[in-house]
Amino acid sequence: MTTIWKTAAVLTMVAASLFGRSATAQDYKVGSIEITAPWTRATPPGAKVAGGFMTITNTGSEPDRLIAGSFGPAKRVEIHEMAVEDGVMKMRMLETGIEIKPGETVTLKPGGLHVMFLDLEAAIAQGAKVVGTLTFEKAGQIEIGYEIAPIGAGKPAADHGHHGAGSGSAVQR
Amino acid sequence: MAAQKSTLGTIRLILWAAVGVAVLAGGLILSGELARTGPGLPGAARIGGPFVLTSHTGQRFSSERLAGKPYMLFFGFTHCPDICPTTLHEVSKHLEALGPAADNLTVLFVTVDPERDTQELLSQYLSAFDKRIIGLTGTAEEIAQVTKAYRAIYEKVATTGEDYTMNHTATVYLFDAGGRLRSTLTWQEPEETRMGKLKKLLAG
Repeated sequence: MTTIWKTAAVLTMVAASLFGRSATAQDYKVGSIEITAPWTRATPPGAKVAGGFMTITNTGSEPDRLIAGSFGPAKRVEIHEMAVEDGVMKMRMLETGIEIKPGETVTLKPGGLHVMFLDLEAAIAQGAKVVGTLTFEKAGQIEIGYEIAPIGAGKPAADHGHHGAGSGSAVQR
Repeated sequence: MAAQKSTLGTIRLILWAAVGVAVLAGGLILSGELARTGPGLPGAARIGGPFVLTSHTGQRFSSERLAGKPYMLFFGFTHCPDICPTTLHEVSKHLEALGPAADNLTVLFVTVDPERDTQELLSQYLSAFDKRIIGLTGTAEEIAQVTKAYRAIYEKVATTGEDYTMNHTATVYLFDAGGRLRSTLTWQEPEETRMGKLKKLLAG
């Protein structure tokens, strides 16, 4: 009897942790740097570039900088900023990376800051997580897993599921 | 005395004739401008112009094919991580939502990076989007000409080593069957607003 209850309790915990994992965005931590929900998008065939997005928080008392990264199928990774000014899309490479001040949270998102994946050797397919690394000036390097959202998605795939915004090319309205 | 009077008369006549010509010319210019502008956006007559490019299926595509039907045109490139695939995706969603009603709409995606965007690459890339989207590339001169006609800006931005990215006009232009610029789409506006503009365009 007790073993049954124990088994049930363990199963419940396993289920809870599984659901917990899929329902909440995955966080990563290195030194005073916390990275939340890294994601990218599936790429059209033949595409050679993609952008990586996430939020980065500096919980320490010293400023730090995101200076480099790597991404599974990409030969190179750069840090870029995009902006649309007067109807013109402008792209800029940030040679000194992105500063994260103490206590500050920086959001990398479509239409703004992003980690740029270059010279993709294979298309990014929707579904499976892709491993990459980020390097911070002080906190050092950390391995992270990027969730893959559909082509053209404005938000990470997890968000889509939650708000019923759908995925893929399904028409919502 | 009589000679002086007739000289003055001639001058007066010439001046009045000049006024007449000026009024007539002004009227002609104005009516021409109105005819070209029609119900489109102010200054719309100056956007757009003839071009010949190569489609992603390998055919020559002349702007003559746009006559008499509404069309959508936007610039981009495939080495673009964000705005270009997003635009193509959103446009595909709109076309799907409009269904057969959009069959009469010509949709053109013109590359600003002809060096890398070959016909083959465009063809591969566009396979992920609505089949009604026509990708256009060309020689450096042809792209310079079409961007000039549409008052679009594009420039290479150096990144690492030999590599580069592009800055470019991201506006999605909507032209009516008369070739007049009717409206534009941006991704900052709600989807309903964009759909409304497209439905209005297709309604004529």
